[in-house]
This record gives sequence, C-alpha cells and structure tokens, in this order.
Amino acid sequence: MNKPKYTIAITGLNNTDNPGPGVPVIRALRSAKSFDVRIIGLVYENLEPGIYMENVADKVYQIPYPSVGSEALLNRIEYVNSIENIDFLIPNFDAELFTFITSQTRLESLNIKSFLPTKQQFEEREKEKLVEFGEKYNIKVPKSKSLTSVNDVSKLRDDFDYPVLVKGKFYDAYIAYNSEQVIGHFNKISSKWGLPVIIQEFIKGTEVNVIALGDGRGNTIAAVPMRKQYITDKGKAWGGITLGDETMLDITHKLIKNTKWRGGMELELIKNNEGDYYLIEINPRIPAWVYLAVEAGQNIPEALIQLANGEDVAPFTKYDIGKMFVRYSYDLIADISQFEKLSITGEL
Amino acid sequence: MKLKNNIAISETGFVFDPNSGDSYSLNSIGKEILELIKSGKSKSDISFHILNTYDADEFTFERNYDDFIDMLKHHKLLENE
Repeated sequence: MNKPKYTIAITGLNNTDNPGPGVPVIRALRSAKSFDVRIIGLVYENLEPGIYMENVADKVYQIPYPSVGSEALLNRIEYVNSIENIDFLIPNFDAELFTFITSQTRLESLNIKSFLPTKQQFEEREKEKLVEFGEKYNIKVPKSKSLTSVNDVSKLRDDFDYPVLVKGKFYDAYIAYNSEQVIGHFNKISSKWGLPVIIQEFIKGTEVNVIALGDGRGNTIAAVPMRKQYITDKGKAWGGITLGDETMLDITHKLIKNTKWRGGMELELIKNNEGDYYLIEINPRIPAWVYLAVEAGQNIPEALIQLANGEDVAPFTKYDIGKMFVRYSYDLIADISQFEKLSITGEL
Repeated sequence: MKLKNNIAISETGFVFDPNSGDSYSLNSIGKEILELIKSGKSKSDISFHILNTYDADEFTFERNYDDFIDMLKHHKLLENE
C-alpha cells in the first residue's frame, strides 16, 4: 500500500546543550510507519545545528522571532507555504506557541494543520498560575508566587523558607539560598524573558517527567514516564531512563482526562522521599527527549500528525521499561557557502 | 518481608528498579540472597542454605544479612509490610 507523503514544517532545530525538540521530532517522523515526510525546518538562528545535520531538514527557512510580532511570523509562514505547500506544522518553542495557537484560523485557511493545546489550556498551566491549576485539578504543586518588581523580594521571607527556585516565564530556573541571590536571578531572568519572575518552593526529591499526548477529548493517546539520570548545569537531561511508575501514569491520565488536553505535553514532577508527587511544570509541547519514547514503543510525533489529520488514533498500551538515552555532542563540519546562503537569502 | 515483584535481577547481579529507574550491582552472594528472598524464602531458610553452602558462622551471617535487608529497605526495594 502506498503511504502518503506529507510536508511538515518544524521549529526547534537548535540541538544545543539546551536542545529544542525539533531534531528528535524529525527523527521520529522519518521513522513513521504510516506516512513519508518532506521536512521543512523553520529556524530563528543561522547556527541552529539541525540546519547542517544530514537527513534532518530537506529545506530550511529562517523565520522572524515571535517578539518581532505575530504578523511578521505569519507572513513568513505564508511565504514558505506558497513555495512548499505545507501540510502540517509542529511548533516546538514555548515562546512561539501562543502565536500559533491564536492563529489557527489563518493557518487553516492556508491548509496547514496542527494539533496544539487550546488557548485556555495553554494559559491555565502557565507557571504563575500553577497553584490555581493544582487546586482546580487536585494535583499537589509547590507553593509559588509571581514577582513583578524586585522590591517584592524582601517580602518573600513571610511566605517561603530558603532555598527557593527562581524561574522565568518561559525558560530558566535557578536555586537561590537568600534574598541577594533571588535579586541576582530576578534581574538576569527578567531581562531575558520578561515579567513576571516566578518564585517556587523548593521540593527536595527526584525529578521525574512524563511525555504524553492527549487527543483533546480526554483520552491519553501516549504516555511514557522518565527519570533524568544526568542533569546539565542548565537543568536539562543528558541521560534518562523510562520508568514503570504506575502513579505517574495515573496522574497523567487523570490530568489529560480532566483538562481534555490537546496535543503533546511534558509533565515535570518531583517525587519526594515520602513518595508524594509534586507537579512543578507543564510544558505544552513535545519535549526534547521525545525520541526515547519513540524507541520505547510510542511514536508520539507520528500519532500527533495522525490526530492533526483528523484520524482516529488508538491509544498506545505499552512501552519498554528501562530504555535509556544518552546525549552526546559532535562537531559537524559545514561550509561557509551554506552559512552564506542562509544568511543572505534566509533559505537553505 | 517481600521483594517488590517488578524488581529485575540479572544473571550478572545487576538489579533494576523500574519504579525509580535506579540500578544496583550485587556480588555473587548478594545476588544469591536476593534471589532467595524473591523466591519467598524466610530468613531461617536463607541462613540454613548459606551456612551449609559456605564457610560462614551464624553470627557473621546474621550481621551481614541484617545490614543487607536495611539497605534494601533504604532503597525501597521491599514491599511495605
């Protein structure tokens, strides 16, 4: 039987020490059994490694940062679509998701399908709303507070014991042992990611994660729990292992059922010594370690494309426990002509 | 006392806890004792087996066995009783 061939546009080709999910998502799509792909890489920087990696993107286009404005980003997508005839779009950056979520109608008018959380789902799990989220969905979350001014730092002592976590709205998290350190991190984070900066109670325990896919009707199509075995100084997993933790799966199934989550997600949890789980964050997209789940038996990007295509997708029922990933760094050799072409024309 | 039933023990003495993702290495005696625990043998059964197989006295066995069990508890490898 002939498989359909889809043109899929993907962002997040920054396979650096703080990797975007683009490259592993592409790897998963290239191993999909139900379709073939032509991959269009959408990149912000001309040194994103995925641009130069072999068998990753068939064509690359530079796109403007979301901070330039959604109109510029969408105009560029429109231009790329006029050449490539994109079937599906998988955005992989938190910072661009809002633009794509709120531009669904325009994307649909271009015949570009995606499978993203709703605006409400995206907004209610934002870091500064985590406490309300925990109460609404009956999940333990650490105490959190949003700071919009450095003057509020002195009042933290009333509500928190040190250490605390200082987190950016989209990325970055630092541990602070006193108010001076909070101020330092506040300034660093707010200049990079804007306000608010979130202060979160530090829960001592093991960080565990679940990658999952919801069909938007309350069904969990895929879910694989993982424990980070090695964490970089940026807090990113450099190695991880799939777990057979039924409690984590139960938390995920309930959350997806109650929120009717649509699309990929990553739950970040802390398991403390008493065996209690605290939800510390929900990333509303596929995480960078997705390929572990694929090799464990759940090709989440393939299932996401099938959902975006309006197909009925049966939930995965199993995965391999004890499957591991280890990241590595590797020097790609590129030619200045590739860099030149991308810099001058915005295409490669 | 019961070992959690999903704990995997390999031929080489490598132990994997799928709930936590933790893994441990056992020497041959540790592996033998853990397998006996997994098969449901009591402390006296295990003591009888070890003292009749190896050149060990009861006091040494008791001390090392209790340490070993404490370690299994510490790493949450035993079912709660």
